[in-house]
Amino acid sequence: MQFANYQTEGFHDEMFDATGAPRDEARLLVDTIASLDEGQFLRCQRSAERVLLQLGITFNVYGDSAGAERIFPFDLIPRIVTAREWAWVERGLKQRIRVLNTFIDDIYHDQKILKDKIIPEEVIKSAIFYRPQCIGINPPRGVWCHITGTDLVRHGDGQIYVLEDNLRVPSGVSYVLENRDLMKRTFPQVFEGLRVRPVDDYPGRLLEMLQTIAPHGAVENPTVVLLTPGIYNSAYFEHSFLAQKMGVQLVEGSDLIVQDRKVWMRTTKGLRKVDVIYRRIDDDFLDPQAFRPDSLLGVPGIMDAWRAGNVALANAPGNGVADDKVVYAYVPDMIRYYEGEDPILPNVPTYLCWRDADRQYVLANLDKLVVKAANEAGGYGMLIGPHSTIAQREEFAAKITAHPRNYIAQPTLALSRVPTLVDDHFEGRHVDLRPYILYGNEIEVLPGGLTRVALRKGSLVVNSSQGGGSKDTWVLAGSPDDGSPQ
Amino acid sequence: MMEESRPLLSRVADAVYWMARYIERAENVARYIGVNLNLQLDLPGDPAQQWQSLIDTSGDGEEFLKHHSVATQHDVIDFLTFNTENPNSIFSCLRAARENARSVRETISSEMWEQVNEMYLHMASQHLAPGAEWLPEFFRLLRLSSHLFQGITDATMTHNEAWHFARLGRKLERADKTSRILDVKYFMLLPSLSDVGTPYDDIHWSAVLKSVSGLEMYRKKYGRIEPRHIVEFLVRDRDFPRSIHYCILRADASLRAITGTIPGTYNYASERLMGRLRADLDFTPVDQILNSGLHSYLDGLQVKVNEIDNALLADFVEWRAPESAAGIHTQSQSQTFAESGDR
Repeated sequence: MQFANYQTEGFHDEMFDATGAPRDEARLLVDTIASLDEGQFLRCQRSAERVLLQLGITFNVYGDSAGAERIFPFDLIPRIVTAREWAWVERGLKQRIRVLNTFIDDIYHDQKILKDKIIPEEVIKSAIFYRPQCIGINPPRGVWCHITGTDLVRHGDGQIYVLEDNLRVPSGVSYVLENRDLMKRTFPQVFEGLRVRPVDDYPGRLLEMLQTIAPHGAVENPTVVLLTPGIYNSAYFEHSFLAQKMGVQLVEGSDLIVQDRKVWMRTTKGLRKVDVIYRRIDDDFLDPQAFRPDSLLGVPGIMDAWRAGNVALANAPGNGVADDKVVYAYVPDMIRYYEGEDPILPNVPTYLCWRDADRQYVLANLDKLVVKAANEAGGYGMLIGPHSTIAQREEFAAKITAHPRNYIAQPTLALSRVPTLVDDHFEGRHVDLRPYILYGNEIEVLPGGLTRVALRKGSLVVNSSQGGGSKDTWVLAGSPDDGSPQ
Repeated sequence: MMEESRPLLSRVADAVYWMARYIERAENVARYIGVNLNLQLDLPGDPAQQWQSLIDTSGDGEEFLKHHSVATQHDVIDFLTFNTENPNSIFSCLRAARENARSVRETISSEMWEQVNEMYLHMASQHLAPGAEWLPEFFRLLRLSSHLFQGITDATMTHNEAWHFARLGRKLERADKTSRILDVKYFMLLPSLSDVGTPYDDIHWSAVLKSVSGLEMYRKKYGRIEPRHIVEFLVRDRDFPRSIHYCILRADASLRAITGTIPGTYNYASERLMGRLRADLDFTPVDQILNSGLHSYLDGLQVKVNEIDNALLADFVEWRAPESAAGIHTQSQSQTFAESGDR
């Protein structure tokens, strides 16, 4: 299967340089793929898709009829990250998570960063994920963001930027593990000669992290559970996958009750105490007594049990205050404020529409910018200027004028591309990268992450709900200093 | 009491139980239809009566008659196999089994999930009834896939509390289905007692045995086809895996493995009901069953299986939590709500 007609078309390509030659770290892979005949490669791709359906590795699409499932399309060409670049990404992520955690703790305690006027107070108070219910709470070890899935993108300048922090309930890590497994099952020959860092130990590390945050006085072997909204949730596969891999109970809200400010689960033999909850339910639905009273998914009183220190919640409620896209714009300032360091990983330049000057610039340049709602995720509530119609731009101009606090804008990035199978040949498709970071005793970064790919030609939207697929991500082993790919 | 490293969630116990019941139900429907397809080739006269008896066995006769006036082969097979509205069609059973399995994927083995998923996907991709020439093979494969699921369950899942709930579901469903098939066929065959000794009599009774895959095993034990022995075999045999007695013995053993209650006593309503049914099967001679009326006996048996099902739900799934959890999270509290949900 040849790359002969493959064109980078002026984009930064993760596999080929600007002259069309394979990058050093990709040369072996390009040779291996080139040595396969077309039928062989296509068969591997089909068999991978069949396996996904067979294993029930599917997600549910909101708005589809209940229970409708689709596979998350998988493309066999991996994205390769060199050891040297990864070492830098890892340092940058650790710095960022440490600071974001400090920031959240500060917001729910002394609010020094507001008093010192680094961030305007009204930005925080108007952030919809800010939770006054969390003020004064001290989660075990002071950790608020136990599991993070930071979105990174590479722009045409070759630089990697942080696009979003995703501190609340990031999903997708199961695809990282399944994609690797699928690659090994269907395409083992491509691993030959490369030292790809394994990702399989993630569930073990996750469990270890969850056990370390058990409340004081918990038994030696604390009871950890994973709380899911249930089988109709779009990420249900991942919830059951992680519970199975960790060997913990997968519980729904109705399985838990709170009594005596402690959390119990309903078993065939009565009630059993729960020490740590990895919750995959949004804050809003977690506790009808504390948040949305109409939530049927949550557990009444669970916030009170958490406040009393009788149960650990991961991630900590309220940490979404740092997910607000306006707050995001201040992260570089936070890093300087709390750590006295410059950010290792840069932010994408961001215009805040509630600033008059920024808003005027945004409204005058809607056809060039990407506009995002400050509190949406999943690629919803977004305008991609260069791909938009006049009517869409007018709609967004009206929204921005009416609610400037709710919108930010960024330059349209020329996301880097990776060769992707389209029918019977390869074409470049835009990708992002979501590494997963755990924070218990210390901060650990899973070597790899979810590479999402926008399968539609020219599209910049990689979300699974909007025509995205995924690829395996290979972080190569090697000394971080020598710069060599292997 | 089973020594569990982790307790079993009530919801999970319920889902595992129903997953197993639904697969067993689908297998039984596939088996009846397969036998009937074969039987009609041997019998003269009106085939509608045979297909009608199949609908009666399923217990969904009323629902069927809402849509159809006569039980033709095509309509009956469609109703019992592919109909998405009929909650007991094979399609609906596999869909429900899969939904249940999906909600407990972390409790069952991956192989079990993959098998349920494959059974469902295969069924869901079958938009139309296959042509008549494919039907026997279609139902044979369905039966085999259910056997495969049970083999996978027994071979890949630890025989822990959840496994015992699965076995409970499977055995209770099977006891119920064997009783129904015997009931309907016996009722249908009674008017034709004048046929006794004719080849058709033998064919009918053989079909009853084949419906539970029991003809060969019956022959080994009793030789000639005789209604009294067939009742003895399907109700009271201790060793034939589809006989009612066998099913209840295994269900009782699983229930005691779950609760840890010593024999001769009970802590839960479900144990009491199960124990009484088991004793009844242990000690009621077949002549007594026939003299008092097989139909009323089987009817009573189905009611008892239903009562056990309800009691299991009350004992292990929908029990009411006490007002305060203080001091009740140890093993001994099982007594607290043992009888609270008896109904």
